[in-house]
Amino acid sequence: MTTTTFTDVYMSPRLLAPGGTAADLATHEQRYGPLSYGDPDGLLRTVAESGLTGRGGAAFPTYRKLVAVADASRRTGRAAVVVANGAEGEPASRKDKTLLRLSPHLVLDGLQLAAQAVGAGEAHLAVEDGASYLESALSQRNDPLPVRVVRLPKRFLSGQASALAQYVSGNAPLPRHQRPPVRERGVHKAPTLVQNVETLAHLALVARYGADWFRTAGTPTQPGSTLCTLHVPDREVRVVEAPFGLPLNRLLPLQGMSAVLVGGYHGTWIPAADAAQRTLNAADLGAGVLAALPANRCGVAETARVLRYLALQSAGQCGPCLNGLPRIASAFQTLATPGSQGNTRQDVARWSGLVEGRGACHHPDGTVRLVRSALTTFASELDAHARGLCTATDPTPLLPIPNEAH
Amino acid sequence: MDQQQIDIDWTACQGHGLCAELLPDHITLDEWGYPLLDGAPIPPRTLKRARRAASDCPVLALKLSPAAAPR
Repeated sequence: MTTTTFTDVYMSPRLLAPGGTAADLATHEQRYGPLSYGDPDGLLRTVAESGLTGRGGAAFPTYRKLVAVADASRRTGRAAVVVANGAEGEPASRKDKTLLRLSPHLVLDGLQLAAQAVGAGEAHLAVEDGASYLESALSQRNDPLPVRVVRLPKRFLSGQASALAQYVSGNAPLPRHQRPPVRERGVHKAPTLVQNVETLAHLALVARYGADWFRTAGTPTQPGSTLCTLHVPDREVRVVEAPFGLPLNRLLPLQGMSAVLVGGYHGTWIPAADAAQRTLNAADLGAGVLAALPANRCGVAETARVLRYLALQSAGQCGPCLNGLPRIASAFQTLATPGSQGNTRQDVARWSGLVEGRGACHHPDGTVRLVRSALTTFASELDAHARGLCTATDPTPLLPIPNEAH
Repeated sequence: MDQQQIDIDWTACQGHGLCAELLPDHITLDEWGYPLLDGAPIPPRTLKRARRAASDCPVLALKLSPAAAPR
């Protein structure tokens, strides 16, 4: 039997101000040095060499996104718009809020650099919380491009790129059909760069210290570090910075756990035994949520709670999502209750196929990812439920769900 | 000419189902009445009917786009 060492420090933190104390501009400049603007092409080259990818969930190469927006701007003759995405609609994620509170100036540096790289004429910072705090941080600075702070409604989909572009344009925050994409036609129909706030913070460091420095953390194929939100029962939710490639059992205690939710509510459940073999991987990490499920809780019931929330968070615009998600959620409620299941599992599988890939945004796809992983990871628990038995002994809800009705 | 494929704007589609009547070889309807695409490019002989399906869609949710357009 091995004892897992559980420690908060996985690396010398790059992004989060030390000691959990928010860094004002003076502290920020003392720690990182002043920001200097080189030529945009040089910055783009450095970003390409760094291998930085988006930290909002899709892990898209930042360099390619910057170039796509800059190209669209040149092609259309319209100045680009940059939106720093701090929406963090994912209820289980706290890393963007934590970053914005502790290191606002790192994000704001990154926003200016990204704006310069794509030749933007307009910059926005979109957040659900802390807007006044960020406005006061902005007022300390002497930025080349003024930044407007946008207050977002608290919804799961507010941070979806097209929904965000709509909201910044003065419309309802609803996802739109993705042709042409936001990077070509977003805010006020201008080419628009929507970039997660953590990505911008990394960008600010890549610009200062270079690609080689960035690559000293992480793996050759997934360089750098990432912020994670860790949910461990009976502990406070914590945000930590960790390098890609770090074994998951360094981040979460896996003994006594049955499963781990990787990547949040659009993510995947994996059995704890599998999690013990895995490392922090950008491909499935989503926006960095990791939640451990103890063996005395019911994963099916937890999934049913999340699916009910996800169904309610559908924008209700696309037929397959509007029809499929509530049915899937309700079927999971049936599966979570010990007793006869009839054809419920087959129904869930069929509806999952019908919603996947058939919406303007990835809400149905992400929901189906969670559903399928739950059907696999909790297969034996589902069988137990069919026999009228739930093996869980603690029915206390675990995962955070906003405004949950009981 | 580039190959064309069917592209549905899911935020616009209301499941009228006319497209499935005009292009039964390529479009069927799911159990809620929304179009299920076969995903194949439209063969040249079907292009005219596909254009009609696009123009006849009551909410103009169906468009033809170059095949394998990046999202």
